[in-house]
Amino acid sequence: MHALTLPERGHFDEMLLQSGAVRSQYQGFSEWLQAQSPEVLHRKREEANQLFHRVGITFSVYGDDAGAERLIPFDTIPRIVPAAEWQTLEVGLKQRVRALNAFLHDIYHDHEIVKAGVIPAGPVFGNAQYQPMMQDVDLPDRIYAHIAGVDIIRHADGGCYVLEDNLRVPSGVSYMLENRKMMMRLFPELFARHAVAPVDHYPALLLDTLRKASRVANPTVVVLTPGHFNSAYFEHAFLAQQMGVELVEGRDLFVRDDHVYMRTTAGHKRVDVIYRRIDDTFLDPLAFRPDSLLGVPGLMSVYRQGKVVLTNAIGTGVADDKSIYPYVPAMIRFYLDEEPILSNVETWLCREPEQLDYVLRHLPELVVKEVHGAGGYGMLIGPAATRAEIDAFRARLIADPAGYIAQPTLCLSSCPTFVEGGIAPRHIDLRPFVLSSGQDIKLVAGGLTRVALKAGSLVVNSSQGGGTKDTWVLED
Amino acid sequence: MMLSRTADHLFWMARQMERAENLARLLDVSLAVSMLPQSRGGSADIAAPLALTGMLETYLDRHDAIDARRVLHFMAYDSANPASILSSLKAARDNAHAVRGKITAEMWMSINATWLEARELAAAGGDFQGFFDWVKERSHLFRGATHGTCQRTDAFSFIRLGTYLERADNTARLLDVKSQLLGREDDDSPDYHAWSALLRAVGAFEAYHALYRDALSGRRVAELLLLRPDMPRSLRACFDEIRKWLERLESDNGRPAKRLATELQAALAYSTVDEIFAEGLHPYLTRMLGDIDRLGGTVQRAYLEAA
Repeated sequence: MHALTLPERGHFDEMLLQSGAVRSQYQGFSEWLQAQSPEVLHRKREEANQLFHRVGITFSVYGDDAGAERLIPFDTIPRIVPAAEWQTLEVGLKQRVRALNAFLHDIYHDHEIVKAGVIPAGPVFGNAQYQPMMQDVDLPDRIYAHIAGVDIIRHADGGCYVLEDNLRVPSGVSYMLENRKMMMRLFPELFARHAVAPVDHYPALLLDTLRKASRVANPTVVVLTPGHFNSAYFEHAFLAQQMGVELVEGRDLFVRDDHVYMRTTAGHKRVDVIYRRIDDTFLDPLAFRPDSLLGVPGLMSVYRQGKVVLTNAIGTGVADDKSIYPYVPAMIRFYLDEEPILSNVETWLCREPEQLDYVLRHLPELVVKEVHGAGGYGMLIGPAATRAEIDAFRARLIADPAGYIAQPTLCLSSCPTFVEGGIAPRHIDLRPFVLSSGQDIKLVAGGLTRVALKAGSLVVNSSQGGGTKDTWVLED
Repeated sequence: MMLSRTADHLFWMARQMERAENLARLLDVSLAVSMLPQSRGGSADIAAPLALTGMLETYLDRHDAIDARRVLHFMAYDSANPASILSSLKAARDNAHAVRGKITAEMWMSINATWLEARELAAAGGDFQGFFDWVKERSHLFRGATHGTCQRTDAFSFIRLGTYLERADNTARLLDVKSQLLGREDDDSPDYHAWSALLRAVGAFEAYHALYRDALSGRRVAELLLLRPDMPRSLRACFDEIRKWLERLESDNGRPAKRLATELQAALAYSTVDEIFAEGLHPYLTRMLGDIDRLGGTVQRAYLEAA
């Protein structure tokens, strides 16, 4: 038997009801768990740790001199999603990403949605992520976000909500793949007892998506990384290897006669598709930051002529910006003439005076985020903050209201997790990865489940002490 | 065909690993020789490894006196010394890290585990002999993982090239330090203990006796380590390999490197030890080191920095 802490009243737990009864999708797992001795499970966790360390699945933490590389903690209790629930999520995700791509095409062409008054011009064209140079650039199949990582949470009411659409360079998919490999290695018997939808074909789907992104027949695809000091370098190398394409840095590429080439031991080779894991502004020192050494001088000029494809496209950041997020349901209705399947989290835009007023009066209950923030930095979690922290944040908010949005403090659902002294509920979210091409939108069943390892914490980001779990979508 | 930068990392990954192993061998022989009494060819000149790696000044900046333990510590464990074994293992691992996707999981795990453990061993500052043996073993393991799992593409050729270019350089240096330690570079005198320490350091002690069945002489040791194609650390064997791996690389841009490697290999294949001793061992080795360096530069320009 394991010391199992029950979820708190009013919280939603993926495995347990308040009474301690087990939800049906966890029935098999729970029986298995109770039959294991704590010592064996402990040993398995140690084994996982060692294996991850040896394989070098580590990430760099910025501003941490001592431990340039750290292991992301991995929890061996999976997050299990029933088949029916996944089907709804999958349809909803495809719908959402289709609308977001339509939105991106629109705001870089005819601006219909703004003209129709569905979205105000300010947060679109005044957005730091909006790239005027993309106006009237025609992309193959009108796809901007070929790879999207959509963050989904389940609230205490049991419903799933989209928290964030990551359309720039979403990361984490390598952990999804490695976590599954690890679980299959540690607990093969569990996979004999459960029909878990596979995820290991993700690299093949990704390569297919990247190849279809080009109009060239049999295109040469590369992965562009900022280099091995980047926090997600492992993932860049991993994906390039799994797809069998070159992992390049900016200095490996150069522009000549309106094409992009890579430097090889046998001379130059033309490049058609660049799966870039570098932010827009670092891609080309001639077009963006002149001090950037990561990019390729002249790349933008080739890109705008359609002689090379960048995935994701330039300027996608405007669509996943927190100030645009509240309008995504309206986008779905506008472009697709459909009702949104996935819900948004209620959001107050602080740049609107009445909404700011409400936010200022309710700070202790709300979560306030920087519009351009990411990685769990620069946010206020009202209920967890001290009086002084709230006052300090209030001042920042009044000084720059347009820089912030606020949301109710969501109670992310929890999942039993190994902690010191047994198994206890910890809050989780889910990031599925959505791949878009002209023909279709695909995703593997599941995604990356992130878990906040500190009791009560709602911050799941790996840079803030979060861990990960394997995600099982059960097949019917 | 592969990225020039990838080839560069693979080449230097192999070179740094080989360098760490050879440095362990060099320090091993220095340690052994330093323990011999003067009358038996022993030498207090433990500074030789410093001079050979060009680190003498750096060492003297930080330590006031040449002291056997301190020199060994500086060359083995000191991360602030870019030429130490620890630094080489780190450089090897960093190069591997930069091309993680291009080497097999087993190669990566081997080289990464070596670095992690080396860091701990260095911090503990344990006995040198044990550390040198461990370094040699880890180098063997990595070579084995490479040989056993790496696909035979250009990547493998660049790894091999790095290994043999480095080894050629190191064998020449090792022989040179020995001839300088003895201070009689053209001499045949039977400095048994010194020569046997050298042979043991390169794992050639048994081969020597199997081949010559005779007392140790500088001339024969030189022949063994310079000209014998069947000795895996000899200059001749290294150049046979360098030539072979260069020839496997298709594409025209490597012609200068291939031509130079072929010239050097032919010179070794058709030399005799008498000719070498007529020139003088030290001058000969100095010339060879220059040629090896020139070849390294040519390979670098032809493949690794391709514009």
